[in-house]
Amino acid sequence: MIQIEHVYKQFGKMEVLHDIKLTLGKGQAIALIGPNGCGKTTLLKSILRMVIPTKGNIFFEGNDIASTGDHYREKIGYMPQIGRYPDNMKIGQVIETIQSLRSNVLKLDEDLIDNYHLKQLYHKRMSTLSGGTRQKVSAVLSFLFNPTVLILDEPTAGLDPIAAEILKEKILSARQEGKLILITSHLLAELDELISEVIFMQDGSVKFHKSVEVLKDQVGHQSLSKAISHFLKEGAA
Amino acid sequence: MRSLIVILSVLFLAPLFIKGAQIRVGTGEAYKSIQLAINAAQPYDTIHINKGLYKEGNIQITKPLTIIGKGWPEIDGEKKYEVFTIKANDVIIRGLKVQHSGYATLDDPGGIKVLESQNVVIENNWLFDNFFGVYLQYSKNCIVRGNRIQAYGKQEQEIGNGIHCWKSDSLIIENNFIKGHRDGIYFEFVHYSSIHTNHAVSNIRYGLHFMFSNNDVYTENKFQGNGAGVAVMYSRSVDMYKNIFYENWGDAAYGLLLKEISDGHISGNQFTRNTVGVFMEGTNRMKVEKNKFDYNGWAMKIQASCMENEIKQNNFLANTFDVSTNGTTVLNTFLHNYWDKYSGYDLNKDGIGDVPYRPLTMFGVLVEKVPAAMLLFRSFMVLLLDQSEKIFPTLTPDHFIDPKPSMKYV
Amino acid sequence: MNKILQLILIDIFRNRVVIAYTILLALACWSIFFLEDSGNKALVTMLNLELLVIPLISILFSTIYIYNSSEFIELLLSQPIKRSQIWISLFFGLVICLLAAYIVAIIPPLLLFGYIQNALWILLGGILITVIFISIGFLISIQQRDKAKGIGTSLLVWLFFALLFDGLVLFILFQFGDYPIEKPMVLVSMLSPIDLLRIMNLMQLDASAMMGYTGAIFQQYFGSTLGTLVTLFVLVLWALIPFLISLRIFKRKDL
Repeated sequence: MIQIEHVYKQFGKMEVLHDIKLTLGKGQAIALIGPNGCGKTTLLKSILRMVIPTKGNIFFEGNDIASTGDHYREKIGYMPQIGRYPDNMKIGQVIETIQSLRSNVLKLDEDLIDNYHLKQLYHKRMSTLSGGTRQKVSAVLSFLFNPTVLILDEPTAGLDPIAAEILKEKILSARQEGKLILITSHLLAELDELISEVIFMQDGSVKFHKSVEVLKDQVGHQSLSKAISHFLKEGAA
Repeated sequence: MRSLIVILSVLFLAPLFIKGAQIRVGTGEAYKSIQLAINAAQPYDTIHINKGLYKEGNIQITKPLTIIGKGWPEIDGEKKYEVFTIKANDVIIRGLKVQHSGYATLDDPGGIKVLESQNVVIENNWLFDNFFGVYLQYSKNCIVRGNRIQAYGKQEQEIGNGIHCWKSDSLIIENNFIKGHRDGIYFEFVHYSSIHTNHAVSNIRYGLHFMFSNNDVYTENKFQGNGAGVAVMYSRSVDMYKNIFYENWGDAAYGLLLKEISDGHISGNQFTRNTVGVFMEGTNRMKVEKNKFDYNGWAMKIQASCMENEIKQNNFLANTFDVSTNGTTVLNTFLHNYWDKYSGYDLNKDGIGDVPYRPLTMFGVLVEKVPAAMLLFRSFMVLLLDQSEKIFPTLTPDHFIDPKPSMKYV
Repeated sequence: MNKILQLILIDIFRNRVVIAYTILLALACWSIFFLEDSGNKALVTMLNLELLVIPLISILFSTIYIYNSSEFIELLLSQPIKRSQIWISLFFGLVICLLAAYIVAIIPPLLLFGYIQNALWILLGGILITVIFISIGFLISIQQRDKAKGIGTSLLVWLFFALLFDGLVLFILFQFGDYPIEKPMVLVSMLSPIDLLRIMNLMQLDASAMMGYTGAIFQQYFGSTLGTLVTLFVLVLWALIPFLISLRIFKRKDL
């Protein structure tokens, strides 16, 4: 579904992505893990073309995203690490605005709006919101238009346990619908039940890309989180 | 005794009744040729010229005659000949269309030339496409009145003056309309003469030009769109009243150019939309009073060579620069003028501003030094410069002021 | 109408600065026309005001507005919207709002005092200078990530064109006053949109003022139809080029 071929990215002199080659298939829930500053977010943003690679190509459903035009992103829902919104807009306005910009989507997925009881907060200005509520808005927006790909950058950070659980369930059901889910998280435990593949990145390079089963077999740990922390420690050492 | 009375009364009264013979020229008249009619006429006869086209080369008038055209007869010089040459006193020419004189620069052919004559009147003629229009030389007490004088000169060398007066005296030039000549009216060594209510338009050099001419006066003339309006040079005691200097406009254009003159009086004139209203160089003891200067680039340019001029009770309105000078010495007096740029106050309500006005701006000085600085005209920076100069004068001469500016239009 | 543009317009029109700007311009206009006795003089005074105030407001407001909408831009960018569409909509949003403020402020007094015909050049000038300085504001805000630095740069750029450039011109004039520099100076004036507009407007409004000894060259150039067309063309370039550069940068910018 998404194919990344020899992607490099430099910010000034610093190389953030180094020769990334990945194939991300349909129906997978992929965890993108690695120490801080390893290039996870940059990679995600490259897929969204919010960051433009210095070299290399990224293909979305077989089309090079550099030339295919921005409409491919209609199929992607993106939840940023820190959602930034115009301060003077209300929650309702933000959601309506985005909705009005994407009026071509017929069937909206309003599950999260309902589950988070967001409609009661529609009149609140973005500037008055807590970090958690902002995250809820981000989550709502990423799922709202029924995308086939979800890119979630630290989705549960700042969410209360109940909200996090709601989101996790939503992710699971999305996976069951056959969507491709890319997710980064530092909370390894919560990934356990969610994911099917793991990509481990370090210093801008992909160290490995394996399915959860293979990984567990290799390490011998029963729990994924332990397996991963094993790698994180090894990588850091 | 009785016969003596009869003889005497005939002698005295005859001029009242006998005007001289009436001679007619034209098709179907006794004379077909003007020159033949003139030759046949007695002094003080009157020659009437009928409508028609007359090509007779140069026509000489050597005796006192009155020549009157009827229905604008066209007397044509065929671009080869001077049309009329007058060498006699008491000649009157009226109602002719004199056209296409010869053109050459050596003998200055004209439409009507008057040589060494007195009491000649040239009146209500139409002088069309001549090298010189009317030309007077060594003449006295002549009148040029109500003529329409028009030529189509493009360059100074190719055309003579509309009314050209040389070494003459006591002339009256009035109500003429002059267009397209080199100078509209030209005076050289002409004294005690007056010029009234003429209209000089679009002449190549000057509307009116004085050289070495003293004790003359010109009033209520209008000078519009000439190379420069009026130039008064090397002359004394020329008075200028109630004239209008309008739209004399261009690279070296002036409303009034004064060069090496003295003791004149300039009063009640209006200078509007000229590049420079009055340009003064080597000009002394002139009184410039009660004139109106509006919409000029420079109302007055007074060069450092000018002394003892009095500039009083004039109105300065909407000029880019009111006054400019190239020097630092101040030998002229400004008093009681109205300056629209004056921003002072009058606390005692006597109609006189309580603080002096400085007609010379910093930017004016800069432009005088580097004319291209005009590019910055009305820029914010120039505004700041001028304001700071007003408060702390550095570049502009200290005494270049009107100490008692009028608060109201004079 | 483009949805994004619509959103931006609603947002800017609600902005208090735009309302204050409109009122300020209108007040200035009315007072100029009431105080100046002759029409042309009033127009010239207005021109001066226009060339000073409009660039300042246009460049500052557009710079600050872009910095303040960085979140909004980011939000839009995560949606399937072309980047150029976002940037162009922002530009037109600002242009439309500030031009509307300008026109609403100055048309009524011009109409009432009957100067509208003579003021066409001033109107054109005001429109051009608004667009030009918004365009420059876009370039500054895309080049400077830091808001404070960006606003500082805007102020400096304004100061440069409003004042320092003329000082520089004066300096050159006096250094090379002995050479025939009038023609090169016409070219130099092209480097400052404010100067260019000032000269162009003066040629139309107050030609007598420009008719000095050097008037011939200026008149020949700025007064001719060809010169006017070239001048207008250069002004349009001034309006387009900074924005187009900023658009190019924005299209490749990493967020």
